[in-house]
Parts: sequence; structure tokens; C-alpha cells
Amino acid sequence: MSKPKFAMYWAAACGGCEIAVLNIDEKVLDLDANFEVAFWPAAMDVKYKDVEAMEDASILVTLFNGSIRTDENEHMARLLRRKSRILVAFGSCANEGCIPGLANLSSRESLFERVYQANATSPSTENPNNLRPQASSQVPEGTLTLPPLQAVIRTLDQVVEVDYHVPGCPPESRQIAAVLDALIAVVKGEAELPPKGAVLGAGNSTVCDECARKRDVKQIGKISRIQELPPLATDVCLLEQGLMCAGPATRSGCDSRCPNVGAPCIGCYGAAPGVLDQGARLMTAIASVVDANEPDAIDRVLDGIPDPAGSFYRFSLAHSLLRANRAALAEKP
Amino acid sequence: MAGQELIEQDIHEQQLTRVVVAACSPHLHEKTFRGVCERSGMNPYLSEMASIREHVAWVHTDKVAATAKAKAIVSGTVERVLKNDPLEAIRVPIDAQTLVVGGGIAGIQAALEVAEAGYDVYLIEREASLGGHMAQFDKTFPTLDCAACILTPKMASAGAHPKVHLFTWSEVEKVEGFVGNYTVTVKKKPRYVDEDICTGCGICVEKCPVLVVDDKFEAGIGYRKAIYWPFAQAVPNLPVLDTETCTYYIGGKGGCRACEKFCPTVPNSIKFDQKEERVTLKVGNIILATGWDLFNARRIPQYGYGRLANVFTNLELERMCNAAGPTGGKVVLRDGQTAPKRVGIVHCVGSRDRNYNRHCSAICCMQSLKTAHLVKERTGAEVYNFYIDIRTPGKEYDEFYQRVLDDGVHFVRGKVAEISDIPFDPAEASRNGAGTLYIQVEDTLAGMQRRIPVDMVVLAAGLEPRRDSSEVGKTFGIACSSNGWFIEKHAKMDPIATMTEGVFVAGCAGGPKDIPASVSQGSAAAARVLNYIRQGELALEPVRASVLEERCSGCRICNGLCPFNAISFIEERKVTEINAALCQGCGTCVAACPAGAIQGTGFSNEQLFAQIEGLLRDVNRSHEPEVV
Amino acid sequence: MSALDNTNTFEPVIIGFTCNWCSYRAADLAGTSRIKYPPNVRLIRVMCSGRIDPTFVLKALSDGADGVMIAGCHPGECHYLEQNYKALRRHRLLQKTLAQFGIEPARVRLTWASAAEGALFAQEIATMVDEVKQLGPLNWPARPVPVGSVPAEIPVLSEVGA
Repeated sequence: MSKPKFAMYWAAACGGCEIAVLNIDEKVLDLDANFEVAFWPAAMDVKYKDVEAMEDASILVTLFNGSIRTDENEHMARLLRRKSRILVAFGSCANEGCIPGLANLSSRESLFERVYQANATSPSTENPNNLRPQASSQVPEGTLTLPPLQAVIRTLDQVVEVDYHVPGCPPESRQIAAVLDALIAVVKGEAELPPKGAVLGAGNSTVCDECARKRDVKQIGKISRIQELPPLATDVCLLEQGLMCAGPATRSGCDSRCPNVGAPCIGCYGAAPGVLDQGARLMTAIASVVDANEPDAIDRVLDGIPDPAGSFYRFSLAHSLLRANRAALAEKP
Repeated sequence: MAGQELIEQDIHEQQLTRVVVAACSPHLHEKTFRGVCERSGMNPYLSEMASIREHVAWVHTDKVAATAKAKAIVSGTVERVLKNDPLEAIRVPIDAQTLVVGGGIAGIQAALEVAEAGYDVYLIEREASLGGHMAQFDKTFPTLDCAACILTPKMASAGAHPKVHLFTWSEVEKVEGFVGNYTVTVKKKPRYVDEDICTGCGICVEKCPVLVVDDKFEAGIGYRKAIYWPFAQAVPNLPVLDTETCTYYIGGKGGCRACEKFCPTVPNSIKFDQKEERVTLKVGNIILATGWDLFNARRIPQYGYGRLANVFTNLELERMCNAAGPTGGKVVLRDGQTAPKRVGIVHCVGSRDRNYNRHCSAICCMQSLKTAHLVKERTGAEVYNFYIDIRTPGKEYDEFYQRVLDDGVHFVRGKVAEISDIPFDPAEASRNGAGTLYIQVEDTLAGMQRRIPVDMVVLAAGLEPRRDSSEVGKTFGIACSSNGWFIEKHAKMDPIATMTEGVFVAGCAGGPKDIPASVSQGSAAAARVLNYIRQGELALEPVRASVLEERCSGCRICNGLCPFNAISFIEERKVTEINAALCQGCGTCVAACPAGAIQGTGFSNEQLFAQIEGLLRDVNRSHEPEVV
Repeated sequence: MSALDNTNTFEPVIIGFTCNWCSYRAADLAGTSRIKYPPNVRLIRVMCSGRIDPTFVLKALSDGADGVMIAGCHPGECHYLEQNYKALRRHRLLQKTLAQFGIEPARVRLTWASAAEGALFAQEIATMVDEVKQLGPLNWPARPVPVGSVPAEIPVLSEVGA
């Protein structure tokens, strides 16, 4: 009896998810013991054409990390969907766009301008000839191609149907291990699969649930960035100390890692269960407790959030109700 | 067949599970059609109304566009109703005990009405005696019967009624709970007199060697002792000791103790070490009759009150006219003996004035007319009334005005610009004599400036909300308007109730009123309370917020958002809880919860999302081009 | 698009969120008073403007509305004492955020109307419709729907590992 096949793929992402999987230490041996690794570019050399040659639905489970930014990402998403029985959106990028998704606030053209224009605002750009990558270019050896950039970033479930979601940037290794354990239990016939669409490896409330800091009634008179504040109290809610903490609107499961060491939650575990738009939840929560009633006074408090879209949708922009800036959405794909 | 019957028939024949009535606004007939559904065996909350009359047919002229809009509204309502849950009205039992706050005439009336019906009432009064402002008045307009004669029997009845439990010299500190089930903490300030032992003989007051100006009851023109009765007919008949003027306390608890020495009771009634006490009361309903404060006439420097000796307030005149008052009923100048020969009465002091209060204090015209009559009657002086408009809308009020006109009182229409004791020139001085006050006014009927010399000026200072009304409102979970009067549930149709179920407002706490209106409101509030008590329980709309505890992380974002104190934090479980009986169903916390852990029954996210989708179903969308 | 351009035939669709006590009743009053106003606003009744969640606004815009009106009781006159201030705060922050998405402020209008202000409410609607007409359609693209082949079903327990 052959072992069921396992795959993991890395689309538009930083690679952190892959590292997080390797970070499960000896648990990776259990993975190897129970699965045949059919495709995992970060770990072993298998070509796309090998995957294309596989029978449809022949891979039992694919962990797909990264969002869909290029035609290549989309091709692989569709291919792996066809080849996999269980497709897991793994990590924040695949689920909600994550940091790469913030590019949706700019049109593709303005992204290229910023990155490649000689006199661009980007301080690291040095490109006197304004060279830009091309989808295809001729070199003496032949034609080189690059996958074209799509107009906006999409999440995996905006492209293909997704069976399960594992949130986090990256998912916590202990949570990954637990998900793998659960999967192995299914393979061994010891457990049933959770209902389709389930979020795995995360909690059911928000980060505050796991935060050790003491919380009180909130009234925000000023919002600052961490470097603007004196040393913070170690046992008091960061929001109450004037920091934008996304903990109240972010799904639990990370053990409140950041707030517990003094950094505000930035929201990587995504929206709480049943929530349509994480950014809207954080926005409404913060606005509701602003300690002012006059428009000007309210604005003075809110001026402490110079980049509201980036602050509220740092991870979830591509999966939000609006998904992207209007100009970006209007571009040809 | 009538429409309602048709719906009933359809519910039965088609086995309907949801009903949408596309007709008028739900504010007209939501109850009607919920009733139809209920009669037909459906849960009434599974019906909705789509308002296509008020919001479409009656307001649009383009028939095609109006029809499209009507269809969209129906589509939205249908989508919404599919997400409706069957609901039950919330039933809360009503505790038959009632709290009345404020022992003025409105509060006394309310308390007596409830007590007479056989139910217990706690009557809380901040001062040492019942009576309120009315006790300070001399005569009452327009009948000129003496205020004390009609008030003191009521005070005595309230004091003696077995069902009225008096707490004077006390204040409400905290209110918890909800309609039918309030827990009220009352702070009893120390009187330094044992209520159970003191017989009210008055020897302590007589023997007290300290005489101080009584700026409360006597409005600053009379005296009282350091241990004193607020006034002669005080209810309860107990003195109170003022530690700020008592020699014993001023001396750091040494010396004097004359009151204690002469107290004839055994054991002694004087308790120098009496402490503040807290009493907890359980009540079902609350009537707020906290009254008003007098406008501080010093705020208008050009009128000279506090600077020019013979400028008085209307309240000072009330005390002066009173036979039991400091002057024995004589109207005299500040020297205590000279009767004025010329008296000017200035209306609208601090009222109808955008520099102070925009509102009309409602009673000062009549009070000024009464003062004019009494002054004329007692001194024979020439009396001038300076008014903006004469407002006499009550029963027999205008007749009284005619009577005062017949008395020969002068009326000058115009707002007084200045009251001064400085003559223009020596000629004016010698013409009018020393000590004359000059009233500078534009007579808007004669169209000329006038300068009227008088000996005495009476300022008709207006009624203002209690200075602490907004804190009191917070304690009871009700709101004040921007000018400070408590806001009624509906200015016309429900002027007694407030937005907080089980809290009612009577008398001037809700706005300036005369005595008959205050008494009526006291009775009306009592009637509302008795209605609740007799029903035994109250059915509340089930539009409420509730917390899904497993989703609540205890972030406490919502904790400060409820003005009705319905949200509380359960420290042990680190979650937030919403009290369904206190919740008024506004949904603010639902919209604020960052975790989506608060549900809004009746207006849930699912219902509203569905309604949005239904309303936009007909919109032509361009789809994002597919990538292949 | 110029205000003088009479070829503008665009009729915006606007979702209006109104509170049960003031603004919805203002709309009722406009009706009973037969005050005429453009038919472009479709109302949703909630109990209080404090119930209005930015999610509702985002959903309406992303579901095809060209604008959203939020209407509550006047400040200081909220039926629930002070909840309309929360609506005000959320609106300020929402506007700041929407600007980054390229959505013009005039598309999300906050207004106050008492139950007595039917005429004012009708006027507010007329003004907003006019402003959104000038801005043109929002036409937010629909959310992408996943396509592509999906295995017929997820394996059940017995098949796994077979």
C-alpha cells in the first residue's frame, strides 16, 4: 500500500511559511513516515511538468502558501487544485493576501514606477536607463520569459476552491504540528476530516484571549507609534497605552506572541470567526472608543493613524470587501 | 375580504413561514401585521414591512424609477425576512416598590399617589426637609392662596403615610439593574441628630449660640442657627447640625456642646459622631422629581445684584412677603425698615436671553405679576414691570394679569439695559433723592429710551436645570438636553417617561413648569408606575444585544459604549456580558465588537447583509475580467 | 464630468442607513408631507446610527452601490443618548480609510435629521444624489469567484490511504 501523497507550494510569499513547516523539528519525520512527498520545491526538486503528468486528484493534500500575483502563481494554483484532493490555503498570503496584498493599494503601473523609475521615490532604486522587466525578452541564447504581473493580488480562494485554511504569518509551528497530527490521524483512520471550509490550527476568539496583559474599559485620547512612547507598562493592554494593537480583531491561536513581549499585534492570524472584513472590525472598534465627540477633536485623535488602510488591513486587504484600490481594480489584468 | 384576512388565509393555505407586507412604513402598521401573523400561528417576528408608500409612492414622480425602487425595497425586505429568527418578547417582573427622588411638590404628589394605591415608596430628598422650592414661596398665583397652607398638609401626609419611607438629607449614589428590578444605593448624610430618639422639641435650636445667614431657605435675607430646622413646618420634624458653622466642629471638636447639654431626651439625641450611612433599596420603578436651581442674578453685572443693595431676587421677595419670613411679611429695603415707594420688577432675568438661557422659565411672568400685586398691596408703592412679552397661558392667568393692570401697576415693554445708582446729573439726583436706582430701558411700545427712578428692584431670575443634572442623569441612565433638562421619551406623546424603561421624570426636572403642571406630572408619573406594578411584569421588545461567550476575548472595547450600563465585564471568566433587560437594543456594541462576538437580535449582521444584497440585486455590475 | 453636461444620464443607486427614531421617521414625514425627492436612495432601517457598522458601508459599495448615506439623530438628540457620536467617529475614520481606496468622500455621506425634518432629509438626499451623479458610477468590480477544476468530493475516511 503506497503512502498518500503530500505537496507544498510557494506562490507570492516570502518563504516564511516553508521555514515554519521545517521548524516543527522531528515532527517532520512523522510527515515523511505517513506521506510520500510528491511535490515540494523548497525541499526537493520536482518539475512542474512532473506535476502536470500526475493523475488528477492523486495528491491527497497540498499546503499552498502565497497569494496569486503572477500568471505563474495562478497556473500553479489551478494545477494543484486539479491534482489535489485537499487543498489547504496555508498562511496569511494564501488566505488573505498578507503583506504582498498591500500592493493592492497601488496600481500596477505605479508599482513599476516606484520600483524601476530612475528618479522614483524609492531610495534603493538605481536604474539610470529606466529598464523594466519584460514578459519576454530576446537574448543571444534565445527568448527569456517572465510570468506577467497581474493587476491585483488575489487570494487562493478567489482563484480556486479551497478546502481548509491555516492562518498566520507564518502559522505557528506548534499549530502546524497539530494540523499535521490531525491529518495523520485521518490517514490512519483514527479521525474524521473536519467540515470543508474549516479554519485549522487557530483559536475561535481573538488574540486578547491569550494576552496576559490586564485590560480595562477603553477610551483612546491619542494614538502613537511605539517609538514615540516612553517605556510601556508590561502588564497593561497596549491599546490602553495608546498603541494601535490589532489583537481585539485578530483570530487567536498565536499565543499572543507579540503583545506578550511588548509589541502590538499586527493582525496576521486574520479575522475572527464569522467576520466578513477584519479591517472594518478593527476600524469600528478603534473609532468607537475615540475619546472625542467633535469632528475636529475626533480627527486629532485619528491623525495618530497616518495609514489607516495599511493599519487595519495589513494582512487582510486582498481578502477584504473592497480588496484593492479603485485604480488597481480598473487596470487590465 | 379585508387584507388582513387574506394574509391569514394565505398563511394557512400556503403554509407560509415568512411574511413581507409591502405597504406603508413599519411605524404605522408593523404591530398590526405582526398581530395577523401571531393570530395565524406564526411567530410575529417572522414578518417584515417594506415601506413603499411613504418612501416611494408619495415622494417620487418618475413612475418607472419609483417602481424599480419599490421592487428593490421589496427584494431587500424579502432577503432580510429569510434571516429573521422567531423571537419572544422579553418579560421582566416588576418589583412593587418605587423610588421617588426629590421631595418637592412633584415628588410628594407622586409618592402620595403610589402610596395611596397601597404600594411602598421611598422618597429621597437631598435637603433636610420635604417641600422643595414651593415651601419658600409666599402666595401662589393666580389664586393667591398661601403656599404653605396648601403644601404643608401634603408634606405632613407624606411624612406620616405608612407606605412612604422618607429619606431626607440623603442622596442617591448608585443605581443598578433595570426596569422592575433596580438596586439603589442611598447615601444618608449625617444629621448629627438621632432620628429615632429626637422628639423635635427644638430646645437644641433655641440654645445654640451660633447665628448664621440662611442662604438656602431664607434666600440669604434671614438667619438660622448652627443646628437648625430648614423651616418651621419641616418634615420630618428633625433639626440638622451644620458642621461648617458649629463652634464645636470649628474648634476641632472642643467647646460649646450646648445642644447636647440641653437635649432633654434619654438617651441624648445629639450624636456628634454620627457617620454617613449607605442604604440599599430594591425598587421596580424610579420617578425623578429633582426640580430646578435659581438663575444666579450676579451673572448679569449690569443689573447690579450683589453690588447694589436694593436689587433683590424674586426668591428674596417671596421670603420677604411671607408672614413667617425674616421681615414678618413686610416689604422693606435692605436696611430692614424702609418701605419702598417705587419698585421696578425686571422680567426674563437669565431667561430668553442668548447670553444665558434661551428658554422661557415659564413661571416668572406670573410670579412677577403676583409680586407686583403683593408689593402694591402692602406698600402702596408705584410698581413698574419691565417685560419682553407677558406670558399668561394658564387657567385664570390672564385674568390675574388684568387684575394687576387694574391695580394700577405700570408695564413697560422692553428689556432692561442697566440698573444704576449713579444719577446723570445733580438735577436728577436732587429730583429723586439719595439711594435712588435708575432703570435704563428702551420702551419698545413708546419707541423711546426711558430712565425710571425706583427705590427697589426685583429681578425675576429664571429657572435653570440643577447644576448636577448631567451627573444625576448618568446615575439613572437618562439624558439631558444640551441645556440640561432631562429628556423625555417623547416631548408630546410621552412627556413623563424617559428612554430608560422604569425611569420617569416629573416636575421641573424636565423643564420649567408651574405648580399645577408639576403636580399633574407627579400624578401622571405615579399612574405610569402603578400601571407597571399592576401588570406585574413588562413585555419588552426582543431587539437586544448578546455576547457569544466563546468568541468574546474580553478585550473590553465595548465596555464603555453603553449609556444604559447594560454591559458588564465578568472578571473571573474574562468575558463581557450584556444584561438583556437593561439593553435598549441600539446595537452600538454589536457594530463595535472587533471580534464579531456580539449579536444583535432583530437587526443581526446576517439580516442586514441580506437586505443590502437584496436592495442591490438589480444593479448591473461589471465583473472583474477573468484571468485565464 | 461637468455640472453643465446635460448628457449625464447616470442614475446612481445609493443605500441609506437610517435610525429608527429620527432619520427613518424624517423619511416617513417626507412621505406623509408628499415632499418630492429623487428615487435613487434605498433605505435600510436600524435602531440607531450607532448600529451602523463600517462593514455595511463597505459591503454596499462593493456590492454595487454608488454611494452610502448614513443618517442619524442630531448630535445631543440621540434616542440612545450618545450613540450617534459613535457613528460620527466611525464615519471620520471610514472616510480616511476609503480615501486610500480611491473612494471620494461625497460617496459616503453622514447626515443628521430629526423626525421633524422631512424636508431637510429630502434635501439631503437630493444634494447627495446630485453629488454622486457628478462623480459618476462607482461600479466596484464584483468579488472574483473561484473557478477551475475541483475534485468531485473530498475523500471520506475509508478512502484515505487506500
